[in-house]
Amino acid sequence: MSDALNIGLAGLILGLALWSIVAREAFAAVEGFMAFGLLLTLAWVQLHGIDVALTEAAIGGGLTGALLIGAATRLRSTEAAARVEGPGAPTRWLAAGVSVAVTAALAVGVLALPVPAPTLAPDVAAHIAVTGVGNPITAVLLAFRAMDTLLEAIVLLFALIGVWSLAPDRFWGGRPGLRQQADPNGILAYVARVLPPIGVIAGIYIFWVGADHPGGKFQGATLMAAMWLLVMMAGLADAPPISRTWLRILLVAGPLVFIAIGVVGVVTADAFLAYPPGIAKPLILVIEFALMPTLTLILGLMLVGAPQRGPLP
Amino acid sequence: MSAATLFGLCAAALIGIGLYGLIVNPHPLRKILAFNVVGSGVFMLFGAIARRGAAAGMGGDPVPQALLITGIVVAFSATALAVALLLRLFDETRSVSLASDAPDKTQPGVDDV
Repeated sequence: MSDALNIGLAGLILGLALWSIVAREAFAAVEGFMAFGLLLTLAWVQLHGIDVALTEAAIGGGLTGALLIGAATRLRSTEAAARVEGPGAPTRWLAAGVSVAVTAALAVGVLALPVPAPTLAPDVAAHIAVTGVGNPITAVLLAFRAMDTLLEAIVLLFALIGVWSLAPDRFWGGRPGLRQQADPNGILAYVARVLPPIGVIAGIYIFWVGADHPGGKFQGATLMAAMWLLVMMAGLADAPPISRTWLRILLVAGPLVFIAIGVVGVVTADAFLAYPPGIAKPLILVIEFALMPTLTLILGLMLVGAPQRGPLP
Repeated sequence: MSAATLFGLCAAALIGIGLYGLIVNPHPLRKILAFNVVGSGVFMLFGAIARRGAAAGMGGDPVPQALLITGIVVAFSATALAVALLLRLFDETRSVSLASDAPDKTQPGVDDV
Protein backbone atom coordinates (compact mmCIF):
# COMPACT_ATOMS: atom_id res chain seq x y z
CA MET A 1 0.00 0.00 0.00
CA SER A 2 2.70 2.41 1.04
CA ASP A 3 4.74 1.42 -2.01
CA ALA A 4 1.83 2.22 -4.34
CA LEU A 5 1.42 5.59 -2.61
CA ASN A 6 5.11 6.41 -3.00
CA ILE A 7 5.19 5.40 -6.66
CA GLY A 8 2.09 7.50 -7.38
CA LEU A 9 3.61 10.43 -5.52
CA ALA A 10 6.91 10.17 -7.42
CA GLY A 11 4.96 9.97 -10.70
CA LEU A 12 2.97 13.10 -9.88
CA ILE A 13 6.14 14.96 -8.85
CA LEU A 14 7.87 14.06 -12.12
CA GLY A 15 4.77 14.98 -14.14
CA LEU A 16 4.50 18.40 -12.51
CA ALA A 17 8.23 19.02 -12.93
CA LEU A 18 7.88 18.20 -16.62
CA TRP A 19 4.87 20.50 -16.87
CA SER A 20 6.76 23.40 -15.27
CA ILE A 21 9.45 22.95 -17.96
CA VAL A 22 7.32 22.46 -21.08
CA ALA A 23 4.27 24.64 -20.30
CA ARG A 24 3.76 27.40 -22.87
CA GLU A 25 2.92 30.22 -20.46
CA ALA A 26 5.35 31.11 -17.65
CA PHE A 27 2.38 31.70 -15.33
CA ALA A 28 1.08 28.16 -15.88
CA ALA A 29 4.60 26.80 -15.42
CA VAL A 30 4.96 28.57 -12.06
CA GLU A 31 1.58 27.24 -10.92
CA GLY A 32 2.80 23.76 -11.75
CA PHE A 33 5.98 24.48 -9.79
CA MET A 34 3.99 25.50 -6.69
CA ALA A 35 1.94 22.28 -6.79
CA PHE A 36 5.24 20.45 -7.32
CA GLY A 37 6.60 22.09 -4.13
CA LEU A 38 3.59 20.95 -2.11
CA LEU A 39 3.93 17.36 -3.37
CA LEU A 40 7.65 17.45 -2.55
CA THR A 41 6.55 18.19 1.01
CA LEU A 42 4.72 14.82 1.05
CA ALA A 43 7.84 13.14 -0.33
CA TRP A 44 9.86 14.64 2.53
CA VAL A 45 7.37 13.20 5.02
CA GLN A 46 7.83 9.78 3.37
CA LEU A 47 11.61 10.26 3.73
CA HIS A 48 11.14 10.98 7.48
CA GLY A 49 12.37 14.55 7.17
CA ILE A 50 9.53 16.43 8.89
CA ASP A 51 11.65 19.53 9.50
CA VAL A 52 12.70 19.57 5.84
CA ALA A 53 9.05 19.08 4.81
CA LEU A 54 8.05 22.17 6.80
CA THR A 55 10.86 24.19 5.22
CA GLU A 56 10.00 22.97 1.71
CA ALA A 57 6.31 23.83 2.17
CA ALA A 58 7.07 27.28 3.57
CA ILE A 59 10.06 28.37 1.49
CA GLY A 60 10.58 25.98 -1.43
CA GLY A 61 6.97 25.92 -2.62
CA GLY A 62 5.45 28.93 -0.86
CA LEU A 63 7.86 31.86 -0.94
CA THR A 64 9.68 30.83 -4.13
CA GLY A 65 6.33 30.25 -5.86
CA ALA A 66 5.02 33.67 -4.79
CA LEU A 67 8.24 35.30 -5.98
CA LEU A 68 8.08 33.61 -9.39
CA ILE A 69 4.33 34.33 -9.81
CA GLY A 70 5.01 38.03 -9.28
CA ALA A 71 7.88 37.98 -11.79
CA ALA A 72 5.86 35.98 -14.36
CA THR A 73 3.06 38.54 -14.19
CA ARG A 74 5.42 41.46 -14.79
CA LEU A 75 7.38 39.72 -17.56
CA ARG A 76 4.34 38.44 -19.49
CA SER A 77 4.99 40.83 -22.40
CA THR A 78 8.47 39.35 -22.98
CA GLU A 79 7.35 35.77 -23.48
CA ALA A 80 6.34 36.00 -27.14
CA ALA A 81 9.79 37.34 -28.08
CA ALA A 82 11.53 34.56 -26.13
CA ARG A 83 9.49 31.85 -27.88
CA VAL A 84 11.01 32.81 -31.22
CA GLU A 85 14.52 32.50 -29.78
CA GLY A 86 14.07 28.83 -28.84
CA PRO A 87 16.88 26.54 -29.98
CA GLY A 88 16.49 24.28 -33.02
CA ALA A 89 15.88 20.55 -33.03
CA PRO A 90 19.58 19.51 -32.93
CA THR A 91 20.16 21.50 -29.72
CA ARG A 92 16.98 20.07 -28.20
CA TRP A 93 18.03 16.50 -28.98
CA LEU A 94 21.52 17.15 -27.65
CA ALA A 95 20.08 18.66 -24.46
CA ALA A 96 17.74 15.68 -24.07
CA GLY A 97 20.70 13.32 -24.55
CA VAL A 98 22.81 15.14 -21.95
CA SER A 99 19.89 15.17 -19.48
CA VAL A 100 19.20 11.46 -19.91
CA ALA A 101 22.92 10.71 -19.47
CA VAL A 102 23.09 12.75 -16.25
CA THR A 103 19.94 11.06 -14.91
CA ALA A 104 21.29 7.62 -15.81
CA ALA A 105 24.63 8.31 -14.10
CA LEU A 106 22.86 9.52 -10.96
CA ALA A 107 20.47 6.55 -11.00
CA VAL A 108 23.43 4.15 -11.17
CA GLY A 109 24.91 6.05 -8.23
CA VAL A 110 21.67 5.76 -6.24
CA LEU A 111 21.49 2.00 -6.85
CA ALA A 112 25.16 1.54 -5.94
CA LEU A 113 25.10 3.40 -2.62
CA PRO A 114 27.14 1.61 0.07
CA VAL A 115 25.49 -0.80 2.52
CA PRO A 116 25.39 -0.18 5.45
CA ALA A 117 24.87 3.52 4.80
CA PRO A 118 27.25 5.92 6.55
CA THR A 119 25.45 7.90 9.22
CA LEU A 120 26.18 10.47 11.90
CA ALA A 121 22.90 9.79 13.74
CA PRO A 122 24.56 7.78 16.57
CA ASP A 123 27.04 10.62 17.16
CA VAL A 124 24.20 13.12 17.34
CA ALA A 125 22.26 10.85 19.70
CA ALA A 126 25.32 10.48 21.93
CA HIS A 127 25.96 14.21 22.29
CA ILE A 128 22.50 15.78 22.03
CA ALA A 129 22.05 15.82 25.82
CA VAL A 130 24.89 18.37 26.14
CA THR A 131 22.99 20.92 24.04
CA GLY A 132 19.79 20.79 26.10
CA VAL A 133 17.55 20.70 23.02
CA GLY A 134 15.45 17.66 22.12
CA ASN A 135 15.15 18.05 18.33
CA PRO A 136 18.29 16.58 16.70
CA ILE A 137 17.91 18.90 13.67
CA THR A 138 17.94 21.98 15.90
CA ALA A 139 20.93 20.55 17.78
CA VAL A 140 22.81 20.19 14.47
CA LEU A 141 21.74 23.62 13.20
CA LEU A 142 22.63 25.56 16.34
CA ALA A 143 25.29 23.52 18.10
CA PHE A 144 27.14 20.87 16.06
CA ARG A 145 27.07 22.81 12.77
CA ALA A 146 26.34 26.32 14.08
CA MET A 147 28.89 27.76 11.63
CA ASP A 148 26.65 26.77 8.70
CA THR A 149 23.66 28.51 10.22
CA LEU A 150 25.68 31.65 10.95
CA LEU A 151 26.98 31.79 7.38
CA GLU A 152 23.46 31.14 6.08
CA ALA A 153 22.08 34.11 8.02
CA ILE A 154 24.88 36.25 6.54
CA VAL A 155 24.19 34.92 3.02
CA LEU A 156 20.52 35.92 3.42
CA LEU A 157 21.54 39.40 4.54
CA PHE A 158 23.95 39.78 1.60
CA ALA A 159 21.27 38.59 -0.82
CA LEU A 160 18.90 41.26 0.50
CA ILE A 161 21.62 43.90 0.14
CA GLY A 162 22.15 42.60 -3.40
CA VAL A 163 18.44 42.96 -4.19
CA TRP A 164 18.36 46.47 -2.73
CA SER A 165 21.48 47.51 -4.61
CA LEU A 166 19.56 46.94 -7.87
CA ALA A 167 17.45 50.02 -7.14
CA PRO A 168 17.92 52.96 -9.53
CA ASP A 169 19.93 55.74 -7.84
CA ARG A 170 16.95 58.05 -7.50
CA PHE A 171 15.02 55.47 -5.47
CA TRP A 172 17.84 54.57 -3.07
CA GLY A 173 16.59 54.82 0.50
CA GLY A 174 12.97 54.65 -0.65
CA ARG A 175 10.24 52.11 -0.11
CA PRO A 176 10.60 48.70 -1.81
CA GLY A 177 7.96 47.50 -4.25
CA LEU A 178 4.91 49.37 -5.46
CA ARG A 179 2.15 50.68 -3.22
CA GLN A 180 -0.57 48.05 -3.22
CA GLN A 181 -4.15 49.09 -3.82
CA ALA A 182 -6.96 46.82 -2.72
CA ASP A 183 -10.64 47.34 -2.07
CA PRO A 184 -10.75 48.22 1.66
CA ASN A 185 -14.02 46.26 1.99
CA GLY A 186 -12.91 43.43 -0.31
CA ILE A 187 -12.18 39.86 0.65
CA LEU A 188 -8.38 40.39 0.49
CA ALA A 189 -8.48 43.18 3.07
CA TYR A 190 -10.83 41.06 5.20
CA VAL A 191 -8.50 38.04 5.12
CA ALA A 192 -5.53 40.32 5.80
CA ARG A 193 -7.25 41.46 8.99
CA VAL A 194 -8.48 38.06 10.19
CA LEU A 195 -5.62 35.73 9.28
CA PRO A 196 -2.46 37.46 10.64
CA PRO A 197 -3.29 37.07 14.37
CA ILE A 198 -3.75 33.33 13.82
CA GLY A 199 -0.72 33.11 11.51
CA VAL A 200 1.54 34.99 13.92
CA ILE A 201 0.53 32.69 16.81
CA ALA A 202 1.20 29.66 14.58
CA GLY A 203 4.56 31.15 13.53
CA ILE A 204 5.65 31.73 17.13
CA TYR A 205 4.45 28.23 18.05
CA ILE A 206 6.45 26.60 15.23
CA PHE A 207 9.46 28.69 16.26
CA TRP A 208 9.14 27.73 19.95
CA VAL A 209 8.52 23.97 19.56
CA GLY A 210 11.55 23.77 17.24
CA ALA A 211 13.72 23.10 20.30
CA ASP A 212 12.14 19.70 20.93
CA HIS A 213 9.91 18.91 17.94
CA PRO A 214 9.90 19.52 14.18
CA GLY A 215 9.83 23.26 13.53
CA GLY A 216 12.21 26.11 14.14
CA LYS A 217 13.10 29.65 13.33
CA PHE A 218 13.23 29.37 9.50
CA GLN A 219 9.77 27.84 9.23
CA GLY A 220 8.32 30.16 11.88
CA ALA A 221 9.95 33.24 10.33
CA THR A 222 8.57 32.30 6.89
CA LEU A 223 5.05 32.10 8.29
CA MET A 224 5.46 35.50 10.01
CA ALA A 225 6.87 36.98 6.78
CA ALA A 226 3.89 35.57 4.85
CA MET A 227 1.49 37.29 7.26
CA TRP A 228 3.38 40.56 6.85
CA LEU A 229 3.27 40.21 3.06
CA LEU A 230 -0.49 39.56 3.20
CA VAL A 231 -1.02 42.79 5.16
CA MET A 232 1.17 44.68 2.66
CA MET A 233 -0.60 43.17 -0.38
CA ALA A 234 -3.99 44.20 1.00
CA GLY A 235 -2.71 47.77 1.26
CA LEU A 236 -3.22 47.84 5.05
CA ALA A 237 0.45 48.63 5.72
CA ASP A 238 3.33 49.81 3.56
CA ALA A 239 6.85 48.43 3.35
CA PRO A 240 9.29 50.54 5.39
CA PRO A 241 11.80 52.72 3.50
CA ILE A 242 15.11 50.88 3.42
CA SER A 243 16.93 53.86 4.96
CA ARG A 244 15.13 53.42 8.32
CA THR A 245 17.62 52.98 11.16
CA TRP A 246 15.43 50.54 13.14
CA LEU A 247 15.09 48.35 10.09
CA ARG A 248 18.83 48.20 9.51
CA ILE A 249 19.51 47.49 13.19
CA LEU A 250 17.05 44.58 13.21
CA LEU A 251 18.50 43.22 9.96
CA VAL A 252 22.02 42.94 11.38
CA ALA A 253 21.02 42.15 15.00
CA GLY A 254 20.60 38.38 14.42
CA PRO A 255 23.98 37.73 12.76
CA LEU A 256 25.77 40.13 15.17
CA VAL A 257 24.38 38.41 18.29
CA PHE A 258 25.34 35.06 16.75
CA ILE A 259 28.91 36.26 16.06
CA ALA A 260 29.20 37.84 19.53
CA ILE A 261 28.22 34.56 21.22
CA GLY A 262 30.67 32.76 18.94
CA VAL A 263 33.50 35.08 19.95
CA VAL A 264 32.65 34.69 23.65
CA GLY A 265 32.98 30.94 23.03
CA VAL A 266 36.65 31.45 22.07
CA VAL A 267 37.34 32.71 25.60
CA THR A 268 35.00 30.53 27.65
CA ALA A 269 34.96 27.25 25.74
CA ASP A 270 38.18 27.29 23.65
CA ALA A 271 36.55 27.45 20.21
CA PHE A 272 34.59 29.85 18.02
CA LEU A 273 30.87 29.11 18.40
CA ALA A 274 31.48 26.65 21.24
CA TYR A 275 29.14 26.99 24.20
CA PRO A 276 30.35 26.71 27.82
CA PRO A 277 29.02 23.53 29.45
CA GLY A 278 25.67 23.88 31.17
CA ILE A 279 24.44 27.05 29.47
CA ALA A 280 24.22 25.79 25.88
CA LYS A 281 20.41 25.85 25.86
CA PRO A 282 20.07 29.49 27.08
CA LEU A 283 22.66 30.64 24.52
CA ILE A 284 20.86 28.76 21.73
CA LEU A 285 17.62 30.47 22.78
CA VAL A 286 19.29 33.90 22.71
CA ILE A 287 20.56 33.23 19.17
CA GLU A 288 17.13 31.99 18.04
CA PHE A 289 15.34 35.01 19.50
CA ALA A 290 17.83 37.39 17.85
CA LEU A 291 17.59 35.62 14.49
CA MET A 292 13.79 35.42 14.38
CA PRO A 293 13.02 39.13 13.59
CA THR A 294 16.03 39.31 11.26
CA LEU A 295 14.87 36.30 9.25
CA THR A 296 11.25 37.48 9.15
CA LEU A 297 12.28 40.88 7.79
CA ILE A 298 14.80 39.50 5.29
CA LEU A 299 12.44 36.84 3.88
CA GLY A 300 9.57 39.33 3.57
CA LEU A 301 11.64 42.15 2.07
CA MET A 302 13.38 39.86 -0.42
CA LEU A 303 9.98 39.03 -1.86
CA VAL A 304 8.97 42.69 -2.12
CA GLY A 305 12.13 43.44 -4.11
CA ALA A 306 14.23 46.52 -4.80
CA PRO A 307 13.12 50.04 -3.86
CA GLN A 308 10.87 51.46 -6.57
CA ARG A 309 9.71 54.68 -4.95
CA GLY A 310 11.70 57.75 -3.95
CA PRO A 311 12.75 58.39 -0.35
CA LEU A 312 10.56 61.50 -0.22
CA PRO A 313 6.80 60.98 0.22
CA MET B 1 11.84 -1.03 -3.34
CA SER B 2 12.50 1.18 -0.32
CA ALA B 3 11.25 4.78 -0.21
CA ALA B 4 14.87 6.00 -0.15
CA THR B 5 15.73 4.19 -3.41
CA LEU B 6 12.46 5.21 -5.08
CA PHE B 7 12.81 8.89 -4.26
CA GLY B 8 16.54 8.74 -5.03
CA LEU B 9 15.68 7.62 -8.57
CA CYS B 10 12.91 10.23 -8.73
CA ALA B 11 15.52 12.86 -7.73
CA ALA B 12 17.86 11.70 -10.51
CA ALA B 13 15.01 12.16 -13.01
CA LEU B 14 14.18 15.61 -11.59
CA ILE B 15 17.77 16.73 -12.11
CA GLY B 16 17.60 15.55 -15.73
CA ILE B 17 14.26 17.28 -16.37
CA GLY B 18 15.50 20.54 -14.84
CA LEU B 19 18.77 20.39 -16.78
CA TYR B 20 16.87 19.98 -20.06
CA GLY B 21 14.68 23.01 -19.25
CA LEU B 22 17.71 25.04 -18.25
CA ILE B 23 19.30 24.44 -21.66
CA VAL B 24 16.35 24.71 -24.06
CA ASN B 25 14.11 27.40 -22.49
CA PRO B 26 15.28 30.76 -23.84
CA HIS B 27 13.34 32.88 -21.32
CA PRO B 28 15.47 33.73 -18.23
CA LEU B 29 12.53 33.32 -15.84
CA ARG B 30 12.00 29.80 -17.17
CA LYS B 31 15.70 29.13 -16.68
CA ILE B 32 15.41 30.24 -13.04
CA LEU B 33 12.41 27.93 -12.66
CA ALA B 34 14.29 25.03 -14.27
CA PHE B 35 17.26 25.72 -11.99
CA ASN B 36 14.93 25.39 -9.02
CA VAL B 37 13.74 22.02 -10.35
CA VAL B 38 17.39 20.89 -10.54
CA GLY B 39 17.85 22.19 -6.98
CA SER B 40 14.81 20.27 -5.74
CA GLY B 41 16.25 17.13 -7.33
CA VAL B 42 19.61 17.63 -5.65
CA PHE B 43 17.91 18.22 -2.29
CA MET B 44 15.75 15.13 -2.71
CA LEU B 45 18.78 13.01 -3.60
CA PHE B 46 20.52 14.23 -0.46
CA GLY B 47 17.30 13.55 1.49
CA ALA B 48 17.18 9.97 0.20
CA ILE B 49 20.79 9.51 1.35
CA ALA B 50 19.85 11.00 4.74
CA ARG B 51 16.95 8.52 5.00
CA ARG B 52 19.32 5.62 4.43
CA GLY B 53 21.33 6.86 7.42
CA ALA B 54 18.43 6.22 9.81
CA ALA B 55 19.85 5.01 13.12
CA ALA B 56 19.69 5.53 16.88
CA GLY B 57 15.91 5.87 16.80
CA MET B 58 15.98 8.72 14.27
CA GLY B 59 14.10 8.45 10.96
CA GLY B 60 17.06 9.81 9.04
CA ASP B 61 20.56 11.17 9.54
CA PRO B 62 19.92 14.59 11.14
CA VAL B 63 23.17 16.17 9.87
CA PRO B 64 22.27 16.09 6.13
CA GLN B 65 18.67 16.98 7.01
CA ALA B 66 19.83 20.12 8.83
CA LEU B 67 22.11 21.00 5.90
CA LEU B 68 19.08 20.58 3.61
CA ILE B 69 17.14 23.20 5.56
CA THR B 70 20.10 25.56 5.17
CA GLY B 71 20.28 24.68 1.47
CA ILE B 72 16.58 25.35 0.78
CA VAL B 73 16.78 28.77 2.44
CA VAL B 74 19.95 29.70 0.55
CA ALA B 75 18.38 28.51 -2.73
CA PHE B 76 15.46 30.87 -2.07
CA SER B 77 17.79 33.82 -1.49
CA ALA B 78 19.68 33.04 -4.71
CA THR B 79 16.38 32.83 -6.61
CA ALA B 80 15.23 36.16 -5.15
CA LEU B 81 18.48 37.82 -6.23
CA ALA B 82 18.21 36.32 -9.74
CA VAL B 83 14.59 37.50 -10.10
CA ALA B 84 15.54 40.99 -8.88
CA LEU B 85 18.34 41.14 -11.49
CA LEU B 86 15.92 40.02 -14.19
CA LEU B 87 13.26 42.59 -13.26
CA ARG B 88 15.87 45.36 -13.22
CA LEU B 89 17.05 44.29 -16.68
CA PHE B 90 13.43 44.41 -17.86
CA ASP B 91 12.89 47.87 -16.34
CA GLU B 92 16.01 49.18 -18.09
CA THR B 93 15.65 47.64 -21.54
CA ARG B 94 12.00 46.41 -21.79
CA SER B 95 13.47 43.10 -22.92
CA VAL B 96 14.94 40.11 -21.11
CA SER B 97 16.52 38.38 -24.09
CA LEU B 98 19.79 36.55 -23.45
CA ALA B 99 20.56 36.25 -27.19
CA SER B 100 23.86 37.90 -28.12
CA ASP B 101 22.28 39.60 -31.17
CA ALA B 102 19.10 40.72 -29.40
CA PRO B 103 17.67 43.95 -30.77
CA ASP B 104 18.50 46.84 -28.46
CA LYS B 105 15.13 48.26 -27.51
CA THR B 106 16.53 51.04 -25.35
CA GLN B 107 15.20 54.34 -26.60
CA PRO B 108 16.18 57.72 -25.21
CA GLY B 109 13.83 58.49 -22.34
CA VAL B 110 12.47 54.96 -21.98
CA ASP B 111 14.41 54.23 -18.82
CA ASP B 112 13.12 57.41 -17.19
CA VAL B 113 9.55 56.10 -17.22
